Amino acid sequence: MEKITILEGRQKQIFEKKTGAEQLDISCDTSSLSGSVSQRACVFCGSRVVLYPVADALHLVHGPIGCAAYTWDIRGAVSSGPELHRLSFSTDLQEMDVIYGGEKKLYHSLIELIEQYKPKAAFIYSTCIVGLIGDDIEAVCRKVAKETGIPVLPVHSEGFKGTKKDGYKAACHALMKLIGTGSTEGISKYSINILGEFNLAGEAWIIRKYYEKMGIEVVSTLTGDGRIDAVRRAHGASLNVVQCSGSMTWLAKEMEQKYGIPYIRVSYFGIEDMSKSLYDVAKHFAERPDIMEAAKQVVSEEVKELYPSLQKFKKALTGKKAAIYVGGAFKTFSLIKALRSIGMSVVLAGSQTGNKDDYARLKEMCDEGTVIVDDSNPVELSKFILEKEADLLIGGVKERPIAFKLGIGFCDHNHERKIPLAGFVGMYNFALEVYQSVMSPVWQFAPRKGVKI
Amino acid sequence: MLLRHTSKEVKEREGLTINPAKTCQPIGAMYAALGIHGCLPHSHGSQGCCSYHRSTLTRHYKEPVMAATSSFTEGASVFGGQANLLAAIETIFSVYEPDIIAVHSTCLSETIGDDLQQITRKARDDGKIPEGKHVIFASTPSFIGSHVTGYSNMLTGIAEQFAVSTGVKKNQINIVAGWMEPSDMREIKLLSKKLCVKIVLFPDTSDVLDAPQSGKHVFYPKGGTTVAELQSTGDSIYSLALGPISAEPAAIALEKKCKVSFETLDIPIGLTATDRFIMTMSEVANVNVPDEITEERGRLVDVMADMEQYLYGKKVALFGDPDQLLPLTEFLLDLNMKPTHIVSGTPGQRFEKQMRQLLDERSPETNFRNGLQADMFLLHQWMKNDPVDLLIGNTYGKYMARDEDVPFIRFGFPILDRIGHSYFPNVGYSGSLRLVEKILSAIMDRQDRDALEEKFELVM
Repeated sequence: MEKITILEGRQKQIFEKKTGAEQLDISCDTSSLSGSVSQRACVFCGSRVVLYPVADALHLVHGPIGCAAYTWDIRGAVSSGPELHRLSFSTDLQEMDVIYGGEKKLYHSLIELIEQYKPKAAFIYSTCIVGLIGDDIEAVCRKVAKETGIPVLPVHSEGFKGTKKDGYKAACHALMKLIGTGSTEGISKYSINILGEFNLAGEAWIIRKYYEKMGIEVVSTLTGDGRIDAVRRAHGASLNVVQCSGSMTWLAKEMEQKYGIPYIRVSYFGIEDMSKSLYDVAKHFAERPDIMEAAKQVVSEEVKELYPSLQKFKKALTGKKAAIYVGGAFKTFSLIKALRSIGMSVVLAGSQTGNKDDYARLKEMCDEGTVIVDDSNPVELSKFILEKEADLLIGGVKERPIAFKLGIGFCDHNHERKIPLAGFVGMYNFALEVYQSVMSPVWQFAPRKGVKI
Repeated sequence: MLLRHTSKEVKEREGLTINPAKTCQPIGAMYAALGIHGCLPHSHGSQGCCSYHRSTLTRHYKEPVMAATSSFTEGASVFGGQANLLAAIETIFSVYEPDIIAVHSTCLSETIGDDLQQITRKARDDGKIPEGKHVIFASTPSFIGSHVTGYSNMLTGIAEQFAVSTGVKKNQINIVAGWMEPSDMREIKLLSKKLCVKIVLFPDTSDVLDAPQSGKHVFYPKGGTTVAELQSTGDSIYSLALGPISAEPAAIALEKKCKVSFETLDIPIGLTATDRFIMTMSEVANVNVPDEITEERGRLVDVMADMEQYLYGKKVALFGDPDQLLPLTEFLLDLNMKPTHIVSGTPGQRFEKQMRQLLDERSPETNFRNGLQADMFLLHQWMKNDPVDLLIGNTYGKYMARDEDVPFIRFGFPILDRIGHSYFPNVGYSGSLRLVEKILSAIMDRQDRDALEEKFELVM
């Protein structure tokens, strides 16, 4: 297929920034067109990735085996203690269950598991067909909770009931039921929850340390290295700090309404945004100027060490172009800034789940000629990468081999990153990874971007 | 350790599966369809299914994997998915321009009762399928069987929907490939060439999922069985189904539709399974086995003899899919090793019977279970009760290998953490030689690691 066309009906989800062009009115928040090779996942996936890092909870997938098999330990969400979350539990629904219902199987599975592992709570994920065969999951959960004495929380994540974002919301809904059930005794007035940080490659630990150095108490991380007891007392914190806005803003809003806890949106990627996320928290506790002093101290120490080490990368990478296609739009903002700080420009920016405001802000940030896409597909991505002569693609698992086939570098900024990319040290890792991939000698041997050598 | 959660005591579980040794049908259907040239697999269900299958195949092959989805919404699940599929067929042909769309169902579309045959017929009647293009389908409900069943169902759909009998026989043999890697399919083609037998191999994922770096993202790589080849299978003189579970149903369908007789063999993994394959090929095509192949065999036997002292009595735990486990178990027995625990999540009496028969004859004390609750949790419990010297299975085995400190060879699907399976075969004499080398390296590296100073040997 030599010619590359844009999928009909997708024009509204693509925008190229040009002076004098019409106002951006990107269409997003819609389901993908039938027949597209979309890179998106489903509601279940959204719930599963958000709750998965809660390490001392039981995660039981109620459905046919696939849903459990594909989400078995796929996310490098690290735990400092229990690792119950890394096992795969499924009711493995069979044809007879589809006909006669799976409630009994679910009940027995839950009882067996809770008896054996004594988890602090259990999350029960409903999958597509559970929504159709009409199992009363709520009732089973209530019954088991009563019999076992632990919270047993249904997560309504039937795959077809919306987009991945609806799955985030279903997960937050389950978390909301836990929050407020623990004691808040002894929690400092200068305390926060870290929301939307999943401790991939240990990132939550890095962030937590910065805040602790500032004299801030971190009550709970949702959900990286998560513990049920910590979630239960999250309402004792004075401020919610929300990263990965796509997944957790809803929870922050709910907590604001119910417990009066204000929230701020932050990002831990790149020097600029990382520093800002510390300063913004310090600003919130303005009555304690020492917190701001400590924040400045943290930033200056870290930057002093980081800045010189970045120069080698910047020198090599200046003038190189990047394409970004990631899950949430908020991450894209940080990545643009982070790439600029190592001399790179962004020629394509897109996300799977951005909303109107996100895309408006993206447009503001981007350079002239940058292509902005929502819910893209491999054909489009390849087309724009070739047209815009990108040297790097930042994406997830399905995009990696496409970048390599095209002969450009790749950086995984998704679930599969193996090294922390958050925090100041994360910026160094990010620059190193980009540098390694973009400057790899392998590209000398490859017919690059469709051009024969 | 991660799997400290595994208890030693084995208890019967009611319905619960822990750490599955299988996954669901649609991914098998997607894999089979990728072995057809110019084919875009299409998942008729929620977006997540398609995304998960593509991600898993991408992780296994480190290759782009293209497939489309009907993107079910709440509306579709109430009113049926016909509108979604019809719209999908139209967009796919106009934008992605495949020669074939291979539709498979999911638990969702099966439960709401979508009839793929009826919908694809409607697409044809409504003129949504351009001249010379094809839409084929297979029913692959996730709540029946496993990924192996899905592969088999799609393969049967391919045979049924493409094969044509013109009445004029062609001097060629169909090889219906059970679930194997691109490297294995390449090796089957090579062996057939050495035997001077003209074959039609289907599906054929070589040159699809092991594509070279080209500077382009090629949506439909050059490999895969072509439509013309598939159509000609109806005129072939004979079919060989490699794999009783994953391949035989397609050969049966061919016999039914086009009267092509068939024989079912194991996937040629190991010495004796390869012997059977070569002998059968030579008989049905009436060709002599060339010296080149006899010598390949000789080299394998030579290594088996040279190294027998390191293999004798070594206990092995293995898990995976039926058509691989049968010949692999046989090979381990031929190597004088001791298959101790065998688990497969894929249900089915045929497989159970065949494996039992093999074990009853040659290794009656082996633990074996397949189907429900035959998962890695059970295997791990067995390993705790009766430790082994080697574990063979897909990537998920690494948890057990680490926990029990047992040497581990990756074999099967999926392999998410190593390369090699796409490029180096496990079938044929040379593939079996590679397998022996891997087994020996794993065992002997361990022996070296654990040897006392005085027992640490230079020459082994």
